[in-house]
Amino acid sequence: MTQGQYVAAAYGVVFVFVLVYVAIIAAKLTRLQRETAELLELARGRAAAERRDVAPTTEVHGGA
Amino acid sequence: MGLALVLALIVAPEDLDQGVSQRIFYIHVPIALTAYFCFGLGAWKALRLLWRGDSRSDLESYVAIHQGTIFGALTLITGSIWAKASWGHWWLWSEDQLVLFLVLFLFYCAYFMLRFSLEEGPRRARSSAVFALFGVVLIPVSFLAIRLAEGLIHPTVFTREGPQMSGSMFATFCIAWAAVTLLAYVLYRVELVGKRLDSDLRELREAFE
Repeated sequence: MTQGQYVAAAYGVVFVFVLVYVAIIAAKLTRLQRETAELLELARGRAAAERRDVAPTTEVHGGA
Repeated sequence: MGLALVLALIVAPEDLDQGVSQRIFYIHVPIALTAYFCFGLGAWKALRLLWRGDSRSDLESYVAIHQGTIFGALTLITGSIWAKASWGHWWLWSEDQLVLFLVLFLFYCAYFMLRFSLEEGPRRARSSAVFALFGVVLIPVSFLAIRLAEGLIHPTVFTREGPQMSGSMFATFCIAWAAVTLLAYVLYRVELVGKRLDSDLRELREAFE
């Protein structure tokens, strides 16, 4: 190997490490985004169920 | 980072002694200094945890040591490549500073083994913090070994008389160091935010179930 190739190898290794690290972080952020969406869906479902539970009582009051 | 790369690979003058392989210096030394800094930061956060009982410091210490290990691995790899290009050997066991840096690196690798062998909680946080604090003793030893070593194969660029390089080389080194430090800081913040978010989401999920 020539000296220039050693220099390219050293800088290349750093570049690949940073690239892999960023890819891992990106994958993790995607997972967190998916989990946040699931929790949001769960929270919306619960809020809707609570509204359904409260709704008949309101109707009885309205009818009286 | 782009400016640092252009300066290091194109603009900076070629070293008369080592030739083109000296350009590895502009990435190897800033990465090594950043690794030391990350290990030091990890130890500082560990001290805060033990001293003030600040529970947030546990995660900060862990992330700093994780960063330090990544930069430490890069220091060993780029150093080995530079050694092969300059000395004709990938590694020399007779060089104290190389062996001491390897010991420092392996010590902090063991930190993860300890951390993941214990259950999450205050005991794990305290044990990890104590381990991180022990490791910080190796940092000045490893750093000073480059100056105190008798085998003088590893070059000493920064002496009491100042940096042993031209003004443009020193400016390139400073910009490269600033770029690597900035990169390390950004990676540290991103990883820390990701880990905190992960922890918060886990707690939220448990609260829902």
